[in-house]
Amino acid sequence: MELPRPLVAPLAVVPIPLIEMAVKHVFSSLLKRHPALFERLAEHKVKRYAFSPADLPVVFVVQPSGAALSVMRKPADPAADAVVEGPLFQLLALLEGRCDADALFFSRSLSVTGDMEAMLALRNALDGCEIDLPRDLGASAGPLAPLVSRTAEAIRRRALAGENAAWN
Amino acid sequence: MELICPAGTPAAFREAVDSGADAVYCGFRDETNARNFPGLNFSREELGEAIGYARRKGAQTFVALNTFMRAGHERLWYQAAADAVRLGADALILADFGLMAHVAETYPEQRLHVSVQASASNPDAVNFLVEAFGAKRVVLPRTLTISDIARLAGQIRCEIEVFVFGGLCVMAEGRCALSSYATGKSPNMNGVCSPASHVRYRHDGGDLVSELGAYTINRFPREEAAGYPTLCKGRFDIADASGYAFEDPVSLDVMDQIDALREAGVSALKIEGRQRGKAYVAEVVSTLRKALDARPEERQALLARLKLLSEGQRTTSGAYEKRWR
Repeated sequence: MELPRPLVAPLAVVPIPLIEMAVKHVFSSLLKRHPALFERLAEHKVKRYAFSPADLPVVFVVQPSGAALSVMRKPADPAADAVVEGPLFQLLALLEGRCDADALFFSRSLSVTGDMEAMLALRNALDGCEIDLPRDLGASAGPLAPLVSRTAEAIRRRALAGENAAWN
Repeated sequence: MELICPAGTPAAFREAVDSGADAVYCGFRDETNARNFPGLNFSREELGEAIGYARRKGAQTFVALNTFMRAGHERLWYQAAADAVRLGADALILADFGLMAHVAETYPEQRLHVSVQASASNPDAVNFLVEAFGAKRVVLPRTLTISDIARLAGQIRCEIEVFVFGGLCVMAEGRCALSSYATGKSPNMNGVCSPASHVRYRHDGGDLVSELGAYTINRFPREEAAGYPTLCKGRFDIADASGYAFEDPVSLDVMDQIDALREAGVSALKIEGRQRGKAYVAEVVSTLRKALDARPEERQALLARLKLLSEGQRTTSGAYEKRWR
């Protein structure tokens, strides 16, 4: 599933620092809740990974060791060791290990370039650490936790309907 | 027949058990196993927890120590065997005769399986391993027909396990030097075939170009399903022709032959894929478990959806039904 245009359009005008602040909050919270990610990444935790959602006008670059995250508008040539590109919901499904990365690669809906050792380490580390976005987002939402978790859960259910993501 | 399932992480291990595996095979996070990929595999603590989880659910754990020991560094493999035995592995899957001898002498009660990497594919080879090291099971190379397996089964004194689904290695495993030729690293010595450190993908117009070391392995047009960047599934220009020299990008699926495999004397069916994600493991294991329990005429419909998860989005029965070109 690709994001509907009305949802994407506002991102073209929202100031980058604002997007950065929101996503950084989620990223830091995920790293804190899943320290095993670093162990599996080993020396690849210092690498810079770019995520380029095909249906968004922005690119995200993260460096796990420094909990660093930056956002840039497309067209962008991010300074990254490895780049992965695909629809946003597929990238999020991979973050949770709900889709198989090799299968998406075979189907050509996912594209990877750059340092493949780093990318493979990240893929395996994410697959092993059992991220659950509704649960993890809820955990950092304070009193709004139930609302945030339920909303995220509903969006996920809708987004993954029809995808080859039977695992849950 | 037992269903033997892969796990590259504890999360995938739990999925395999919960989805109906009779046994799960896995390895340590080092070069002692043939899936030594970055971010994959088990620490000692994780393996101990996984074995406990499997036991509580009535499943077994097989530990793959299926690379060949480097001279002068045998301690790494001996220590891995010691730890796997101490943690309660139900079987060790071994390829190196020296390691088999060490395990047989040091832990005579430990169940020993012959890895596909040992490339034991005739009665003399298998029976030697049974007599010399007490091997209880052999995992056969994916180079035999079902008739070959039936003939072999009548002449050997151990159980037979065969690959039925997943990545298709078409070579005499443990003896293949293609990855070494291109990268200096191999599944046999380093636990990696076509290591990620030597893989590059680039886009050329709409084409996806895969490279391994100094070699271009394939060029996939925009609408064509992609495959792994291995030399054995590369598309090359040979004389006046262009095509796949050994095998197409395709995965193995012989689940429609499980009755024939049972009649041939096979006691365990193995799924390849320790490098795949937990979503793949859950989907494939649960589907194959249903197929094993289903009537023959129901199996095809159950298995159809797995094609989309397969290399090149296609499957083949490989050597089980065909002869070499």
